Amino acid sequence: MNLLTIRGLAPQKQYVICIGLILCVSVVCYLGTFYIGYKLVALVLLMCVSILAMLFDILPVLLAAMLSALIWNFFFIPPIFTFQINNPEDLLMLMLYFLIALVNAVLTFQIKKAEKKAREKEEKDNTIRLYNVLLNSLSHELRTPISTILGALDTLKENKDKLSENNQNELFDQIDKASIRLNRQVENLLNMNRLETGMLKLNLDWCDTNELIHSVINKLPETHSHIFQIQPNESLPLFKYDRGLIEQVLQNIIHNAILYTPSNTIIKINSSHRSSCCIIQISDNGPGIPEHEHQLVFDKFYRLPNSKSGGSGLGLSIAKGFVMAHQGTIKLEKSEEGGAKFIIELPVEASYINHLKNE
Amino acid sequence: MNKAEILIIDDEPQIRKLLEIALESNGFKVWQAETGKEGMVMAANHPPELILLDIGLPDKSGHEILKELRTWYSKPILILSVVNNENDIVSALDHGATDYITKPFRTSELMARIRAAIRSNQSTNTTSTLVFGDLEIDFLARTVKKNNEFVKLTSTEYQLFVLFAKNEGRVLTHKYLLKEIWGLGSQTETQYLRVFVGTLRKKIETNPNQPVHLLTESGVGYRFV
Repeated sequence: MNLLTIRGLAPQKQYVICIGLILCVSVVCYLGTFYIGYKLVALVLLMCVSILAMLFDILPVLLAAMLSALIWNFFFIPPIFTFQINNPEDLLMLMLYFLIALVNAVLTFQIKKAEKKAREKEEKDNTIRLYNVLLNSLSHELRTPISTILGALDTLKENKDKLSENNQNELFDQIDKASIRLNRQVENLLNMNRLETGMLKLNLDWCDTNELIHSVINKLPETHSHIFQIQPNESLPLFKYDRGLIEQVLQNIIHNAILYTPSNTIIKINSSHRSSCCIIQISDNGPGIPEHEHQLVFDKFYRLPNSKSGGSGLGLSIAKGFVMAHQGTIKLEKSEEGGAKFIIELPVEASYINHLKNE
Repeated sequence: MNKAEILIIDDEPQIRKLLEIALESNGFKVWQAETGKEGMVMAANHPPELILLDIGLPDKSGHEILKELRTWYSKPILILSVVNNENDIVSALDHGATDYITKPFRTSELMARIRAAIRSNQSTNTTSTLVFGDLEIDFLARTVKKNNEFVKLTSTEYQLFVLFAKNEGRVLTHKYLLKEIWGLGSQTETQYLRVFVGTLRKKIETNPNQPVHLLTESGVGYRFV
């Protein structure tokens, strides 16, 4: 248990721990009074209160301070088993004890409050910084296709009679492509938003992973010139996951593979399973990604240095988010051919019903 | 033959204009309503051949309009929806929508859906055989042929195939298919459906990995074309 989880404990638990600790320490001290003397007990108890002040809210700590003062008075200051104090020195010490414990509790509480404020401010600053990066990247990513669409439309409108049919078709194609790109960016943003706001609800259903992989490939635009090698895995059980999300994960990874590897690169997709875990591997024989970037590529807005334009740095972080929503993992390794290899593991329910004889 | 009339209920003027031009150039007559309320009145006064309904209307939820329309209107209702909302789509289909298309959509796809919806509504099929490209089904003999060769289907596969064949071009939800074939209404039994769609594809598709007849509609169901 780390410090933050202790600090976040429910108030009832905090009270119980405060009272418990003071009682335990008192009992130990009581048994050892003969050796350490009753005055030292005050210091031990004070130390306990200080530790509690660092961890807990102000009310349980004040209670601990009060309780320890009473216990010290009752069980330790002679005459014991009474609240009576005969020696003026002891009375002064009790008052001082109480005062120090109080000051301690209040001061520590103030420091913790200030700390929390500073943390919140830092978080807010980070959010603003991230937001700025997002806006910059976004305006570029959205404006490029919009410019294409507007420019092509203007040209088509103004030079209707002068343009050759070929050129007209070319412009229409550009509008088409730009719109699809625009739509992809908007979809990425919406998905990011779903992840960030916690609005993501898994729509779990039995899925045929072989079929899913093929349908992702079949839906790719026909303009790419990459070679797909898919190993159908007949022994794969059905898995229960959110088909839409995993489809998006595969799409984003494959989209990147097509965008950032040269033509005729071979992209291999394998699926396998280990007990109740669905494993999908996507590897290529492209130029690969430097090893020290392997962790970073899943960060939001992270783009490889010198990578060509056309991405927003959202695709892989969305992929990671969607996989993690299934309690799964996604990692990047170097493929056997020196390219990139993405490994997705989804620990989800499996069904072997598809292995039964079909009646 | 008179032009088939289509009523568009959508609050976006741009979408309405686009649909109007696209539909008219494809030989349909178009009526437009800006709000759900207006759409209901227009549909009642002048029942169209098909209604295109935006599920995200501002004045009244498209789902409510769908339910109210379905109390008396039995012709096709096609839902226009935004992407990323499978539950919305499934719920609309289970409440009587004939089919759906997500925005942004391609006009060619929309026309195909509209034609399929109108066709399946008007279908007064009197022949005992139907042909879908390389596939042929004979309801009397209970046989299926692919490229003129008999395909051996198990009884469940045949039932499933008949259901798809009778709803050519229309999306069928998991729930609907399960209920029709197995009498189960529960989503949890979709594993049976996956298995039988898989084996059916192996028998009727030339390349089961690139199906051209039995298409998956992610998170919604299947469509036979």
